[in-house]
Amino acid sequence: MSIPAVRQPTRRGVELILLVFAWLIGVLGVLQVGWATGEGTTTRLWITIGVVGALALAMHITVRFTAPYADPIMLPVTTLLTILGLVMIYRIDVSAAQRAVRNDAPLPTPDVYAQLTWFAIAVVLFIAVLVIVRDHRRLQRYTYTFGLIGIILLVLPLAPVVGTTVNGATLWVRMFGLSFQPGELAKILLTIFFAGYLVVKRDSLALVRTKFLGLGFPRPKDLGPLLIAWLVSLAVLVFENDLGTSMLFFGLFVSMLYIATQRRSWLVLGGGLFVIGAVLAYMFFGHVRLRVEIWLDPWTYAQDSGYQIVQSLFGFANGGLLGAGLGQGFPNLVPFANTDFIVAALGEEIGLTGLIAMLLMYGILIERGLRTAISVRDSFGKLLAAGLSITLALQVFVIIGGVTKLIPLTGLTTPFLSYGGSSLIANFIIIGLLLRISDRARRPDVTAPAVDEALTQVVRRP
Amino acid sequence: MNRPIRRIGLVLALLMVALIVNLTIIQVFMARDYRDRPGNQRNLLAEYDRERGPILVGNEPAARSVETGNTLRYQREYSNGPLFAPVTGFYSLVYGATGLERTENNILTGKSDLFFVDRIQQLFAGRRRTGGAVTTTINSAAQEAAFKGLGSKVGAVVAIEPATGRILASVQSPSFDPNRLTNHDPASIREYYNALRDDPTKPLLNRPIVALNPPGSTFKLVTTAAALASGQYTPDSILPGPRAYTLPNTTTKLHNWNDKACGTNGQVTLRDALALSCNTAFAWLGVQLGDDALRAQAEKMGFDTAFDIPLRAARSMYPENPDVPQTALTAIGQFDVRATAMQMAMVGAAIGNGGVTMKPYLVQEVRGQDLAILKTTQPEVFATAMTAADAATETEMMVNVVDNGTGSNARIPGVRVAGKTGTAQTGNDRPSVAWFVSFAPAKNPKVAVAVMIEDAGTAEISGNALAAPIAKSVMKAVLR
Repeated sequence: MSIPAVRQPTRRGVELILLVFAWLIGVLGVLQVGWATGEGTTTRLWITIGVVGALALAMHITVRFTAPYADPIMLPVTTLLTILGLVMIYRIDVSAAQRAVRNDAPLPTPDVYAQLTWFAIAVVLFIAVLVIVRDHRRLQRYTYTFGLIGIILLVLPLAPVVGTTVNGATLWVRMFGLSFQPGELAKILLTIFFAGYLVVKRDSLALVRTKFLGLGFPRPKDLGPLLIAWLVSLAVLVFENDLGTSMLFFGLFVSMLYIATQRRSWLVLGGGLFVIGAVLAYMFFGHVRLRVEIWLDPWTYAQDSGYQIVQSLFGFANGGLLGAGLGQGFPNLVPFANTDFIVAALGEEIGLTGLIAMLLMYGILIERGLRTAISVRDSFGKLLAAGLSITLALQVFVIIGGVTKLIPLTGLTTPFLSYGGSSLIANFIIIGLLLRISDRARRPDVTAPAVDEALTQVVRRP
Repeated sequence: MNRPIRRIGLVLALLMVALIVNLTIIQVFMARDYRDRPGNQRNLLAEYDRERGPILVGNEPAARSVETGNTLRYQREYSNGPLFAPVTGFYSLVYGATGLERTENNILTGKSDLFFVDRIQQLFAGRRRTGGAVTTTINSAAQEAAFKGLGSKVGAVVAIEPATGRILASVQSPSFDPNRLTNHDPASIREYYNALRDDPTKPLLNRPIVALNPPGSTFKLVTTAAALASGQYTPDSILPGPRAYTLPNTTTKLHNWNDKACGTNGQVTLRDALALSCNTAFAWLGVQLGDDALRAQAEKMGFDTAFDIPLRAARSMYPENPDVPQTALTAIGQFDVRATAMQMAMVGAAIGNGGVTMKPYLVQEVRGQDLAILKTTQPEVFATAMTAADAATETEMMVNVVDNGTGSNARIPGVRVAGKTGTAQTGNDRPSVAWFVSFAPAKNPKVAVAVMIEDAGTAEISGNALAAPIAKSVMKAVLR
């Protein structure tokens, strides 16, 4: 009697169906914008829709061949968010163009096609990650290389010649006519570095020297890495005026430290340092103080420095529960509508209902990432997957919390949605890495089960 | 390491919940507050982003929205601004809206519940919401005749269809051009508005329905109606009409306008007293009738009531608690009696309509986007002011005024016109107000007109000289 080999389902078909679904939502979105604004749909737009579909398909095929067991939900969710971003960027282009026509001004260059190009580049890098990094554990070998490059990228905007200050924050590098935010890439490299470093050092960092208030605290000499991370974060804040990246970087390190050591005392120490840093920043930096004051009372600053957040709130309010409808709001009234404030533009047009659906998509993405971290067996993979998911989560929280006045506003891009190449590329690399780890986590054991074991197969929870 | 990951996952989930809760607060609970905050341009833009419905006179738009090609997509355009200004009002970025633009805003924007079905259709057909149309009761020929007649004089004309209360004309002079208040250039709007505001002739005042003046001798129509209603007087009753009448309890002498006695030997019939506009006879008559009878008669014709037509018209006033000499003056339309042109047109209309006062109104129909009629205003009786017999009697007396008395300038060949002149003193050294109240044809009148001219001379004849010709041309325009 021969027993057929039981195959672990790859769920790639589900992924494909969800991708088609995501693409169709995008098509409907474009049609809606075209109808509501009276612009219709141009050939160029249909080509864009086709290209987006082809790019999604290319990603799917790559995953199918290089990471067949990877999580089937992450890629469609990511793609849908990116497509929603493209639709909104297109919608804001239309608004800007219509305004230019009314004012007899020259037509602005639409951003949606540039974003499409960035999307294509992001897909190429996504594919490259899956093809080149066949096993995420190989990344551990380059822990310190990545760490070094990460730090260099982080401070690169400060370098003469290439560094550029845009809107007060020095986080751009301009080379060969292209601008790039190296901080976005640094985020990934430093996550890899933290994971590699903490895997090695976790035992000593978990050692308890003193007990205080029921918590075991580490030895003073082990505090070094945390202090360095703290100082680097402060440096980013001081020299680059970049509150968002600074908070993201420090929060990421502390969370990963906690995961690696399982010591809550690190959270307490990290939290304490964060508070000290925040107080110092508030006391010594006018721009930080101003941010906080605007946060506390934007209405006083409604005409100048609080203009953005006030306009953003007006946009959200106009959207209400169901939204004005795509193409029927006034997203161009909010400055930076297609970058920092794209959520405000979306909030106005798709309403609370749409935003909650969108937040749930982020929630699913992050949950899938953390689940990958839990189910993968190697510690490096766990830390890396958890770190990458936390990066996404913190970024979403900091920027959406900022534009909705939940926390002080800091300039960060909204992952996948915002216009901007660096962010899109970096986030697709993150998804590539997560899928790579997920494939490893869900793949059946390399050592094939014995034939008689196959009957009583162990089914891992998906 | 799984436990810390789960814990962090829980914290991240809480952060997500915080975002959702905060968004709910902003988009649901605070939304109304934010929408109405100063500096929120969205209401304005949304209002100017939609095509506002037209205000129609007949089938022609007096006000309509045209595409501008700038940020505020639509602009209001008034085809004959100064002519229709007292009706349409304006719709300004800076100063808000007045006139029908204000009172009918919900219809013009399409927000009214009347458009419920329209809105559902628009939703499914995928059309943008546009406003409904408001058709006025204005007769453009009458409106133009009145406007032309007033010319550069300061005054107002109101014409009413006696049987229904429809306002056929509501004209003022000086007027203003609403186009210059509704363009999208706030600086030029402010400049024009300030000039209008500082103009001593007050062009922004809605004169036909808001300007209150003593009605002078035209109020004798009310006194006559009260006299007939008392049952003690007929047109042939003999009244004393001396050269001067000493007001009771005083030494003040009231003179006739021409300083002559009325009739023969100072005895005059009621009919002739009205035709000659004999002050002494009417002052005496007022004293005989008493304050209560005069007040009751005036109130049944619309005095002491503020009408929403739907523009808010000023309340015309019968004096509060006049003593006997004051009642004598009131009977001839002096002292503290104050009336709008619309009020005096209502007096004429009530007499012409067999004694029934109709509520005046300005909006004939509301039409949907597809011009289907959604609502038609039904005429409403305000009060029965006189018996039909008394009304017919007074009509004949008014025809006599035009045919044989002071209202000769209102005669229209082939039409029996009923009318009454008036000239009211408004104080020492100030120009008197010339009035003419009339309706035609005398039987089943199609139109009642009141003409009021504020910068008239001081002679009684100015009612006939200045006001009657305007009334005549308005009546002719309606009857044509």
